Amino acid sequence: MKKDEVRPDSRQVVIIAERCKECGFCIEFCPKHIIVKSTEINSKGYHPVRLNDEAQCTRCDICGMICPDFAICVVDIGEQQEIRGQS
Amino acid sequence: MNKPTTNRAGHPLDPYLRAERMPHIWCSGCGLGLVVNCFLRGLIQSRLALDKVVVVSGIGCAGRAAGYINLDSFHTTHGRAIPFATGLKLANPELKVVVISGDGDLTAIGGNHLIHAARRNADLTVLCINNFIYGMTGGQGGPTTPLTARTTTSVGGNIDQPFNIPYLAAASGAAYVARWTTAQVVRLQKSITEALLKNGFGLIEIITPCPTYYGRMNKQRTGLEQMKYYRDNSIIKSGIDPKHAGIEFNGPIIVGRFVD
Repeated sequence: MKKDEVRPDSRQVVIIAERCKECGFCIEFCPKHIIVKSTEINSKGYHPVRLNDEAQCTRCDICGMICPDFAICVVDIGEQQEIRGQS
Repeated sequence: MNKPTTNRAGHPLDPYLRAERMPHIWCSGCGLGLVVNCFLRGLIQSRLALDKVVVVSGIGCAGRAAGYINLDSFHTTHGRAIPFATGLKLANPELKVVVISGDGDLTAIGGNHLIHAARRNADLTVLCINNFIYGMTGGQGGPTTPLTARTTTSVGGNIDQPFNIPYLAAASGAAYVARWTTAQVVRLQKSITEALLKNGFGLIEIITPCPTYYGRMNKQRTGLEQMKYYRDNSIIKSGIDPKHAGIEFNGPIIVGRFVD
């Protein structure tokens, strides 16, 4: 079996850009270091984070646990189809 | 478990939050949102009936937690979170009462109530969020400020010894005592679940960053720098006597589950 086939594809990292306050916790604590600051600006004037290399993501949900602003999380797309539009 | 069905937005925890109040008021780099995040995850893990859980909070930055959690919640007067919670528990013994408040509220203004609730072994779960300082009122030194740390009221360095909160609670007779920092999210979450399922007085001290006052005056300018410090200097020693778990300025932080 190839590496790609065992990856759980129904789970995905969702970032709610409007809530991000650019504290950098997820950037520092991501075990794969694939979260980076983006250049866009949200309505509070912060640069929300984005995923740099989604293929490396293991969906461990450390970012979701460490985020103080409820702005990033791993969700099961199979269960929650409607949130895809906001990511 | 009876999951609330209101407000369906982006985050999986949104049904448990008052999502219309997000983004919350806490500073960028503050750990209070992280504690609420871990508390909600721990609460979901514990599978308690949510209509029987009440969150009580006092005054201070941490006191706002009750306003953001979508459960029955109670925002009380300064220092009196534990007396209100004890009253709730005595009048409605089937409720699970959780107190989420700060170090200034619980150990300074409400210090006596903390000691006596632990002495009586009141069936409460207390999350004492320790940021070493009075954050909301402008960064004054408090009973948990480490020796020689700088604050607004001790610009030359604090001259008093701080409280060792786990030792205080354990000596007063608490049934569950633990201390974690915000850098150990998984352990913190598990510990909150354990404390919620434990009968008797449970206290978890959670050390959080306060970049706006404590960090800025003590050479840790951002919440991220404080988080890195907690990650690199925490020593996990579960089961030791909390007497030996004092906090020194810029020293190692001993964390773990001390009494169970």
